[in-house]
Amino acid sequence: MLKINNLHASIDGKEILKGLTLEVKPGEVHAIMGPNGAGKSTLASVLAGKEDYEITDGSIDFDGKELLEMEPEDRAREGLFLAFQYPVEIPGVSNVNFLRAALNAKREYHNLEPLSAKDFMALVREKSKIVELDAKLASRAVNEGFSGGEKKRNEIFQMAMLDPKLSILDETDSGLDIDALRIVANGVNTLKTENNATIVITHYQRLLDYIIPDFVHVLYDGKIVKSGPKELALELEEKGYDWIKAELGETV
Amino acid sequence: MELAVENNVHKFTQALRGSFRQGVFGEKLRAKALELLESNRFPTSHDEYWKYTRVNRISTKEFKIQHGELTSIESFKIKGLDSNAFVFVNGFFSEKLSTFSDECKSLVSVYSLLGGITSEYTIENGIFDQLNTAFATDGLHISIPKNVILEQPIEIIHVQTGNEVIGSVFHHVDVARLAQANVVMTFHSLEATNSFVNVKTNVSIEDGAHLTMTKVQTESNQNYHIATENVNQAENSNFTINTIILGGELVRNNLNIRVNGQNCETNLNSAYILKGNQHVDNHTLVDHRVANCLSNELYKGVIDDKAIAVFNGKVFVRKDAQKINAFQSNGNVLLSDSASVNSKPELEIYADDVKCSHGSTTGQLDDKAVFYLRSRGLSEKQAREMLVQAFVGDVLAKLDEPIQEFVNQVLEQRFGWDLV
Repeated sequence: MLKINNLHASIDGKEILKGLTLEVKPGEVHAIMGPNGAGKSTLASVLAGKEDYEITDGSIDFDGKELLEMEPEDRAREGLFLAFQYPVEIPGVSNVNFLRAALNAKREYHNLEPLSAKDFMALVREKSKIVELDAKLASRAVNEGFSGGEKKRNEIFQMAMLDPKLSILDETDSGLDIDALRIVANGVNTLKTENNATIVITHYQRLLDYIIPDFVHVLYDGKIVKSGPKELALELEEKGYDWIKAELGETV
Repeated sequence: MELAVENNVHKFTQALRGSFRQGVFGEKLRAKALELLESNRFPTSHDEYWKYTRVNRISTKEFKIQHGELTSIESFKIKGLDSNAFVFVNGFFSEKLSTFSDECKSLVSVYSLLGGITSEYTIENGIFDQLNTAFATDGLHISIPKNVILEQPIEIIHVQTGNEVIGSVFHHVDVARLAQANVVMTFHSLEATNSFVNVKTNVSIEDGAHLTMTKVQTESNQNYHIATENVNQAENSNFTINTIILGGELVRNNLNIRVNGQNCETNLNSAYILKGNQHVDNHTLVDHRVANCLSNELYKGVIDDKAIAVFNGKVFVRKDAQKINAFQSNGNVLLSDSASVNSKPELEIYADDVKCSHGSTTGQLDDKAVFYLRSRGLSEKQAREMLVQAFVGDVLAKLDEPIQEFVNQVLEQRFGWDLV
């Protein structure tokens, strides 16, 4: 589904990703872990199409299409979804109106009729339950005045509404208490099928107790330096990232 | 007497005298206004009150006063408003196009049928005020008697048509004790170029009365518009004015509100959405002369292309006007690098126990928000429009629904907005 090959990306002339390679197949959950500054959020931003980054080398194939050639909205319409680390507050734009416009933009892209108001609201009711999002939040302005946990649940609610092929969760666990974490993780697990895939980017192993990954990758200094089964996350938690540095033979 | 400064007022008025017949004001007032005009001049950027707005586009033209022919008014009426509609074409009242009930007829007089105002009228210093007194062809005197609640809005539709035509209108709105009214004024152009509306409205709101006035300016971008509202509020009265500006090459609104009695509420809301070479200047004044009042001002603008917006909002709180709550906010979003805003909020407070605030923001659309919306599948155009609509949305939400619909229609047709 997703093939990232030798990806190099920089911002303001500074190289952040230095030859990242990763393949994700349908039905898989990949966790990407790494210390601060390793390039985790850069990877998420580059995948979603944020224009601040310059791609200097490499390629990303998304279901047979060259992802880097596509506008952010077309990536979304093709089925890529980024749950933001810091969801943006947008005063005055109602959550449901925006989602309806987004959903219908995606349907139009796939030559489908727009969803009727009735069907749409039924979908809102169904999907907001997945993350126990209050119906009132669904109709408020996007993320405005939401608590940290509500913002993250709103991200997963949007993910549920848009039904993506590939979801990237960028530090969705950061700042969540255990109840909110369980709700968010449960939402992600509920949405999992054999046809979609998830990339979970996190700093902490804790989230992976709730969202069980098939693969764990360690991102360090712009590259994936180690991959393994889910147990790798536990090992990282125990030994810390210095262990990776030592293994890489860094003497600094 | 020869004036040292270049003065084209004489030439300007000479052209108008020729085509002027009969109007709102009696001969004495007109003669006085014409005399004042002779020694007046058009403002320049050296005049503080006109610092950011040049009127050369108006002052160098030779306007004429002439009737205009309109076969139908339907496209200019606000659908679903259920109003009494009074129509002015090029500043002349059109009985044929107006539709109003008998009840309303007893409350509204058309000035041209009254033989001219002869007394109790102050001509102000401003040249456009004097031009209005000298050449106003028509207008309405709306007088809502004590305790009368007028459920149906009074809709005043102004249309300019033709080339270099001036339409000068004078309205007077009196809302007596405990009465209530809703006045909607719209301004349009039809096959008009370089046309100029010079409209003045005097408003008097008596004890306990309520008045809502909504102005929607939609002239095409080759026309000029100068409007002045002088409002006096007596105690316990409530005044709301909504000013929606969607058109006009040069627009200047002077809104002067004197709050003369206690326990008044005053709301000033405005949205201006500009593009092309539009220049729109809003000058507002809220003069709190007495204690225990509330005023709330919200002006929001979206400025695209090379358009220019000017906001100058003054709030006076006089020495003995304690316990005043006065809030003023001006927000602008610039959609292009060539668009510009001059915003000057001013608070002058001479009382010591008041709660007042003012603020002005000018910025661009939030890139992060645009990206967030796009990352969900909205096109860049959709995302930007959605944010722009949200920005002025809190002002537009204050309008009655049929007026909101009408405004949306203009936004769709003229600005190509795809409203969700």
